[in-house]
Amino acid sequence: MRLEPREGAPVWLGAAAPLAAIVVALALCSVLIVWAGAPVIDAYLSLASGALGSRFALSETLTRATPLIFTGLAAAVAFRAKLWNIGGEGQLYAGAMAVTWLGTGALTLPPVLMIPFLFLVGAIAGGLLLLVPTALKIYLKVDEVVTTLLLNFVVLLFVNFMLFGPWKDPLAMGWPQAAPVIDEGVLPLLVEKTRLHAGFIFALFAALLAWALMRFTRWGYEIRAVGLNPQAAEFAGVPMTATVVRTALISGGLAGAAGVCEVAGLKGYLTLDLSPGFGYTGIAVAMLAGLHPLGVIAAAVFIAGIYNGADSMSRAMDISNYLADVITATALLAVLASALFTRYRLRAG
Amino acid sequence: MTTPVLRLDGITKRFGPLVANDSISLELGGGEVLALLGENGAGKTTLMNILFGHYVADAGRIEAFGQHLPEGSPAAAIAAGIGMVHQHFTLADNLTVLDNVMLGTESLWAPRQRRAEARARLTALERDFGLAVDPDATVGSLAVGQQQRVEILKALYRDAKILILDEPTAVLTPQETDRLFDTLRRMVARGLSVIFISHKLNEVMAIADRIAVLRQGAVVAGFDKEATSREELAAAMVGRTLAEPKRTPLDPGRPVLEIQAAGVSGRHGGQRLESVDLTAREHEIVGIAGVSGNGQSALADLIGGLVVPDTGSLRMLGEPVRHAGPAAMVERGVGRVPEDRHATGVVGDMTVRENLILEDYGRRPFSRFGLLGFSAIAAWTDRLIASFDIRCSSSAVPVRSLSGGNMQKLILARVLAREPKLILANQPTRGLDVGAIAYVHEKLFEARARGAGIVLISEDLEELLALSDRIAVIYQGRLSEPEPVENVTLTGLGLSMSGHGAFERGTDQSHAA
Repeated sequence: MRLEPREGAPVWLGAAAPLAAIVVALALCSVLIVWAGAPVIDAYLSLASGALGSRFALSETLTRATPLIFTGLAAAVAFRAKLWNIGGEGQLYAGAMAVTWLGTGALTLPPVLMIPFLFLVGAIAGGLLLLVPTALKIYLKVDEVVTTLLLNFVVLLFVNFMLFGPWKDPLAMGWPQAAPVIDEGVLPLLVEKTRLHAGFIFALFAALLAWALMRFTRWGYEIRAVGLNPQAAEFAGVPMTATVVRTALISGGLAGAAGVCEVAGLKGYLTLDLSPGFGYTGIAVAMLAGLHPLGVIAAAVFIAGIYNGADSMSRAMDISNYLADVITATALLAVLASALFTRYRLRAG
Repeated sequence: MTTPVLRLDGITKRFGPLVANDSISLELGGGEVLALLGENGAGKTTLMNILFGHYVADAGRIEAFGQHLPEGSPAAAIAAGIGMVHQHFTLADNLTVLDNVMLGTESLWAPRQRRAEARARLTALERDFGLAVDPDATVGSLAVGQQQRVEILKALYRDAKILILDEPTAVLTPQETDRLFDTLRRMVARGLSVIFISHKLNEVMAIADRIAVLRQGAVVAGFDKEATSREELAAAMVGRTLAEPKRTPLDPGRPVLEIQAAGVSGRHGGQRLESVDLTAREHEIVGIAGVSGNGQSALADLIGGLVVPDTGSLRMLGEPVRHAGPAAMVERGVGRVPEDRHATGVVGDMTVRENLILEDYGRRPFSRFGLLGFSAIAAWTDRLIASFDIRCSSSAVPVRSLSGGNMQKLILARVLAREPKLILANQPTRGLDVGAIAYVHEKLFEARARGAGIVLISEDLEELLALSDRIAVIYQGRLSEPEPVENVTLTGLGLSMSGHGAFERGTDQSHAA
């Protein structure tokens, strides 16, 4: 058997490959379910119903997808420019801290202004945080994978310090959490008696904007050119530094917006367990979506559904909900492998 | 012909829809030089890679010395006495010549190397075939021509009876080429056989006994050297007779580009330039000759706006240029054809259309208020595709699917559509077929007639002599005073390129007489 490069992949293949990869991943993970001693079909049915089976399940999945769309977009935009932003988690917390700083009483505006204002400052905080490793990359050629990753821990420890120190809410009965966001800044619920909030709409809007940015604007053109061939882009006169800085601000800003959603939409206040690794999962979302901003929506909903569904599956079937991590990881590997088949064809002989 | 030492029978190889080799049959006699002549993409290298076991043919059979040669095994090819010198060398730069030659020839389980014997054998080979190289020099410190000798020695050390040379002269000066041919003649005199792959007609005529012409994957003609001519070979290679554009005399106008005493330190790993003076005037092509790696890229980067000179000055149309980036140079009327079209010329994964506006996307009407103007871009790029005859199935296909010639047409379209006052053409025809080369030359002549000044950097001396009005030689970062082409000879160029002539006698230019 030999691999030969394809002349050009047909369009249907690009869309079918991730779906096929997901089927493969589920098939592979069914081995683990059998191993755990549960019936495979029932387990997957309970996973599906836990993810999408009821109004409540669906709302929970979309609630969980909201920050993932933002962090997924953050990774997708940055990776397009080959800016390896692994710091979505830290930027998310930076956004959350900005909201805590300005949204818990320091400033009061009517909701129409307050909510966009909080998104703006959250995005600026996330963007500025990513600017530090980006500047190091541009001027000192420091590898941004290392710096963005390590900054996550710096930020998280700083949040820790603030929550046990200056920002500790005296009314929180000793829990390390900050004061709640004022009512004007809280994102309204989309559906009564669920946790699904307006942040989801903002996320969809952000995905649409990111897509339009990459496809229709001069900046998007520059980002793609720099990412696909920096040498040719520089030779042709694309402003390299400006493009990378712009990409960093947009990417960090999107991840910061995820933090705004979680504080102002879901929790109401900043805590240390605000994000169960949304910043990192966002990278998986972006890869699963093939870095396509609209694909990020589908990928985020899929991964959120897997995690929610796995919780209910573990309750119903007594299978550990870590299976969700395994499914996500396997799906990701399968997608990467499927990329091989969209670029090459397999030939016998 | 003597009894064949090598017989290829019906070799066929497909890559997807492309037939790289279409039922090729060849025979190589003992003690003869067979030239495989063909344009780039004709399938020469594919055929040799099949022969050497890098690829497996879809159909066909190979016999060496009457024995069937197993497919897909370079080890079997070496054991059968086949040696290959690749276009891109396969040497370990950090090892010595002796180590490189011995590498892989000794048993993995041998307790110690037999260095003394190996050295004696290597020295004997060097003496017999006129391939002098210091066995203890590290390969990385050798000049390209010497590295090639090491490659040949490697093959001979493994008792090669059939030597395949893939475009061996591409990296050599004329003198080094003569020396290589001398070595090849000695090998043939001792009964070895050589397959010489080239697309250069004069070299093929100089060295080959027989010539097989490949076109589009098939052997289209076979000739005996004695019974053919350059013209006949060219026609067989291209499939039609081609009129190479000729330079018409034109009076140069005012200076377009003036470089005065420009120095580039090359401290960031780039090449150095030492006090370079160069003037290009309207209606004039200034050729820059030199062995690759002597500062050509630094000079190109300087003119292209990618490096700022540390000393000296640059003037475009009489105005001094300071702190210019690539975009600023383009704005000032510099059109740049880069050396490596894949790496710097195009973004391979972007479409033909997107690549055509790579230097212009920021201008109205291609972008307005930050938004790309798709209809203006489409109209403009469709016009360029038509007028420069860029062959692509659609303007939305990625550029990497284009052939080298069409990729170069795309770059020329992008550059020439702006009607630049100065054109920097760095190796504009490298790797192109004869038809595409004629096209590039024609476009450069058109620009010259229009009034552009052109700086042409090339390693193809025939090209330089055919196109240039004046020729300068670059050697170790220094540039000789350009000479009118009438006063330049191939021999003189070759001497200067290896550091003799002008570079030995300071600024004295009597070398070219």
